[in-house]
Amino acid sequence: MDKWEDNRAWWLVVPVFLIVAISAIIPLMTVVNYSVQDIFGPGQRVFVGTEWFKEVLTDRRLHEALGNQFLFSGLVLLIEIPLGVAIALAMPKQGWRASLCLVLLALPLLIPWNVIGTIWIIFTRPDIGLMGVAINGLGLEFDHTAAPLDAWVTVMLMEVWHWTPLVVLLAYAGLRAIPEAYFQAARIDGASAWATFRYIQLPKMRGVLTIAVLLRFMDSFLIYAEPFVLTGGGPGNATTFLSIHLVKMAVGQFDLGPAAAFSLIYFLIVLLFSWLFYQALQNVGTGDKR
Amino acid sequence: MAEIELKQIAHSYLKTPVRDEDWALKELDQVWIDGGAYALLGPSGCGKTTLLNVMSGLVIPTRGRVSFDGEDVTERKTEARNIAQVFQFPVIYDTMSVFDNLAFPLRNRKADENTVRERVHEVAEMLELEGELKTRARRLTADAKQKISLGRGLVRSDVAAILFDEPLTVIDPQAKWLLRRKLKEIHERFKLTLIYVTHDQAEALTFADQVVVMNEGQVLQVGTPQELFESPAHRFIGYFIGSPGMNFLPCEASEDGVRIAGQTVSLPESILEKIVAKEQKLELGVRPEFVRPASGTDRGSLETTIRAVDDLGNYKIVTCMLEGLEIKMKLPEDWALPEVKCRVNFNPRMIRVYADGRLIG
Repeated sequence: MDKWEDNRAWWLVVPVFLIVAISAIIPLMTVVNYSVQDIFGPGQRVFVGTEWFKEVLTDRRLHEALGNQFLFSGLVLLIEIPLGVAIALAMPKQGWRASLCLVLLALPLLIPWNVIGTIWIIFTRPDIGLMGVAINGLGLEFDHTAAPLDAWVTVMLMEVWHWTPLVVLLAYAGLRAIPEAYFQAARIDGASAWATFRYIQLPKMRGVLTIAVLLRFMDSFLIYAEPFVLTGGGPGNATTFLSIHLVKMAVGQFDLGPAAAFSLIYFLIVLLFSWLFYQALQNVGTGDKR
Repeated sequence: MAEIELKQIAHSYLKTPVRDEDWALKELDQVWIDGGAYALLGPSGCGKTTLLNVMSGLVIPTRGRVSFDGEDVTERKTEARNIAQVFQFPVIYDTMSVFDNLAFPLRNRKADENTVRERVHEVAEMLELEGELKTRARRLTADAKQKISLGRGLVRSDVAAILFDEPLTVIDPQAKWLLRRKLKEIHERFKLTLIYVTHDQAEALTFADQVVVMNEGQVLQVGTPQELFESPAHRFIGYFIGSPGMNFLPCEASEDGVRIAGQTVSLPESILEKIVAKEQKLELGVRPEFVRPASGTDRGSLETTIRAVDDLGNYKIVTCMLEGLEIKMKLPEDWALPEVKCRVNFNPRMIRVYADGRLIG
């Protein structure tokens, strides 16, 4: 058969390009467009080059927000991943108890995010909230609207309550997918519970845990609604995370240029860290050298 | 190493077994002699794996006792039983090197590192895994992984028996053959008790000294491959072992033999005297290997019609019809056959008689 070549197959890829263009590339280019211009109004614009980027990168408030953000996402991963795995390990393996646990765990995931913020405002209020009153009743001063530490504790509690179930569900699915023969072999080899976890369950959960880490990192790094409702970024700027800062800049002050430059940097940070986590988790414990 | 004895073992996975089908294992007694190579043969779902798990302690039987060398271990946990088991799919510890995989059972039992190193190297040498000791186990091929599973059983010097649960299912044919030979070699060298579950008769017959045939939770026959082939104790074994299976022909007793569809086959005296109860359903069983076309003058041959001839390379299967009964013959490929009508006779030493499905003579 004669081999012949032309480029008609490319037409088959066009629909994908169109969809990606409309959904991602064009909006992103709009942001790029804003980030290099100073726009005063329709038809009034000045090209400013990298000026917004320079301004944004040296903004002290932004450094503070970035610091808050890394602290927050770091704590989220450190708490939610081990806690989620621990809960998944402790859950019943089958029967109605397993179903009940799954339903109870899934509940926080079904609540709209701004409602979650509202729930926790009420729950932690020092005058009428169950948790706020209880803690103050113990003689500890607790007010998340006044003390930065209290605000952090409240935001973390809310976040852990809201999202650990996702990690649990993923880890649980990963655990259930391990063939029974592995546990039988471990028993025959005399492995302790810890060794079974370390050498069978944990390695077999690599896939789901990679997804869990990526999802929790991205979500927590982009978090907006819940802390915005709960603390509004305060007290002061104590719980101002990147997206809260961004919205203040873009909507509150209408600084579209710096906000666009900042959005691009924000996007690159998320992309970079997701890639790093993915690479690390794919290679940990495999001994593969690249 | 030890002799494993099962006394009146029965097991059901249900809490309250009522009907016969509720039992995965119906009551059975079986002794596995120290150093024997056994195959446990039977169709899927016949209770082979359950029986294996009863021995390894992964399943505690509903009834009956398990003892190793006379010591009752029924309630003893798997890890305390000194038994090794190799599963259908290779179970390896992905994140460990081959060395660490092999060392794992010893390290769990707090063996000192010198012993560990010595044993691991010994086993690796035997299984031809020395070159790969430092490799991560997950990078190996399926047959090498299965060797590791086997190796984890072999490193422990105190194992009573190694149980195999269809270990060659996922291995490709060439490697299968090599691995099977390796197993035989290991058996000869260490005189370990090996119990090998399979549903593949060729595998069972080549591997074992003794084959245990199971069906529907019961042991039907224990014997050498030859015994199973020549004198299946049960209709089921006649069908299950051999390819094609044994011919079973309904018959009635007569003075000097049995009558099949109006024609007489004479039987030796020794068999005839065992046919007593007339109300039983009698069947004559003969392997296709022992059916031959008769020359016209042979006495006691049966008049049949050839329906089909299947050529299978170095032999052919001839299907003959005798008034609605099928008789299969397995003949060398170059055997000349008549056109349609064919008289056949049976090797008299190889004729078996079954009453209600069980061998009587």
